[in-house]
Amino acid sequence: MIKMNNVTKIYGTGDALVEAIKDVSLEIRGNEFISLIGPSGSGKSTLMNIMGCLDAPTSGEYYFEGVRVSKMNHNRLAEIRNEKIGFVFQSFNLLPYATAFENIEIPLIFKGVSARHRKERVTELLDRVNLGRRARHKPSELSGGEIQRVAIARALANNPRLILADEPTGNLDTKSGDELLKIFDTLWRQGSTLVIVTHNPAIAQKTPRLIRLRDGCIEN
Amino acid sequence: MTLTILALVWGTFSIVILLAFGEGLRFQMTKANHGLGEGIVILRGDQTSKPFQGLGKGRRIFLIEEDVELLKNRVSGIDLISPESERYGNTMTYGQKSIIQSVIGVYPSFEEMRTYYPDWNSRFLNRLDLEKKRRVIFLGTKVKEKIFGGGQAVGNTVLINNIPFVVVGVMRKKMQNSMYNGPDEEKAAIPFSTYKAIYGVKYLDHLIYRPKDISLAETVKKEVYKVLAIKYKFDPGDRQALRIWDTIEEEKTFRKIFIGFQIFLGIMGGLTLMVAGVGVANIMYVSARRRTREVGIKMALGAKRRYVLLQFVSEALMIAFTGGAIGVAFSLLVVQVTQALNLQGGAADFLAHPVISLGTMVLTAFILGLIGFLAGLFPARRAASLNPVEALRYE
Repeated sequence: MIKMNNVTKIYGTGDALVEAIKDVSLEIRGNEFISLIGPSGSGKSTLMNIMGCLDAPTSGEYYFEGVRVSKMNHNRLAEIRNEKIGFVFQSFNLLPYATAFENIEIPLIFKGVSARHRKERVTELLDRVNLGRRARHKPSELSGGEIQRVAIARALANNPRLILADEPTGNLDTKSGDELLKIFDTLWRQGSTLVIVTHNPAIAQKTPRLIRLRDGCIEN
Repeated sequence: MTLTILALVWGTFSIVILLAFGEGLRFQMTKANHGLGEGIVILRGDQTSKPFQGLGKGRRIFLIEEDVELLKNRVSGIDLISPESERYGNTMTYGQKSIIQSVIGVYPSFEEMRTYYPDWNSRFLNRLDLEKKRRVIFLGTKVKEKIFGGGQAVGNTVLINNIPFVVVGVMRKKMQNSMYNGPDEEKAAIPFSTYKAIYGVKYLDHLIYRPKDISLAETVKKEVYKVLAIKYKFDPGDRQALRIWDTIEEEKTFRKIFIGFQIFLGIMGGLTLMVAGVGVANIMYVSARRRTREVGIKMALGAKRRYVLLQFVSEALMIAFTGGAIGVAFSLLVVQVTQALNLQGGAADFLAHPVISLGTMVLTAFILGLIGFLAGLFPARRAASLNPVEALRYE
């Protein structure tokens, strides 16, 4: 599903050059459940951004489902992010002025789904994460666990092939964190591919595959 | 935000109001100009300033009634024509009341040319009055008030220097800002034939004509000059021989002045609105910056660049048109109220009758649209060109 050949990402210019990831090659097959771990500054987020087509590598090649992403234009990248990838951000990243319903609706709007179909789909997603009754609430009126569930529902809106989660349990209490992992587990069993960035070893132990980053390189 | 909306409201308000009052002023001035008559030329004999065919200069030219016939026959472009002579200091009496009144002798065509329109249940002098030298009289509005007060005038007989005249008509009230020998509402008109018989005069004070078509005005004027030059033997190039008051040319100049005036007012209002536009641009810039993270989230979820562009441009347009709509509403209110007050008399006749024209509305909408578009475009372009990762990291 994903193939990276010697991917390097450099930030900054001149003396302030930072090599966030160096010469990374990896392959991820469909329906894998992977933890991406490493100390802070090891390049986890950069790698995830490149995987998620949010950022382009400085050098190297990146293939998503056999298509070379590193050569694509903005609009095509936006389409891939919209339809094939679901993001769950560490800081939730819900729009504060929009309700749970409206937040989940956003990727469907960008895909061009009709209002009627959007309503059906959002209602279905809200039920799936047990938030049917909270549809009209704004993020400020929801608990941390509920916000994270809205974020997951939004990530799932367009049935993406790949789900990327950046420190999804970082801001949650243990109970909510466990609940979240249960949802991920279910998604994996239903056939999704998941990559979770974490530095929580307890989570990392539960996933079938582990990628460990150190100083921008993959450790074996 | 509130301040910018206020600036937009004020800008829109001032542009609409300035143009509305300017347009109203033009309309009223034009109407008042037409109180004298629309598209007419007023002519009188003057003095030659050049020697011609052995005749010296400084010769006076006196027009007579036959010249009316002559011009009518020779100059085909003339539509209506009438002589006019005036006699001051007559005594007009009705019952116990007596006033000193001037009297003019004219043709029936004077009615249309000089807007001597009759009020209800009355008429102007007609062809039969002229042919039969009837002693009938048409009174100006003020004259009627002076003699008859609120009472009935038409059908009653007034004495002019002890000669009885039957009142056949009273002038409908009108606005008039340009005149000779006083306003029309203080005139009393009798058939020219009667006038000539009573006063025994030969010469005309004025000769008034109207061309069939305004576009022919210049040609007709030249021909009139030529015909009279041949008859009275003066140099056709002698501008002093006849005194010509050309209201057609005057109106052209007047219109040009007002177009200039409107442009000036429009620019003043437009500049005020532009200042408001800077406010909108500032708001959009701040808003776009504050929402960098939101832009990042939307991009991560699949928003294309044109979506981001559209979002900010349409928001700026919304702000511009909201302020504009309130401004237009206010100016409509002011215009409605001013018109409802229906102020009359003096300067109020000209200044208190604003008109909102379609042109004003189109211009205002165009400027507002332009402001919204430009104010939104630049911040929007910045937002749309953001790198999603950096935008997401923005705090």
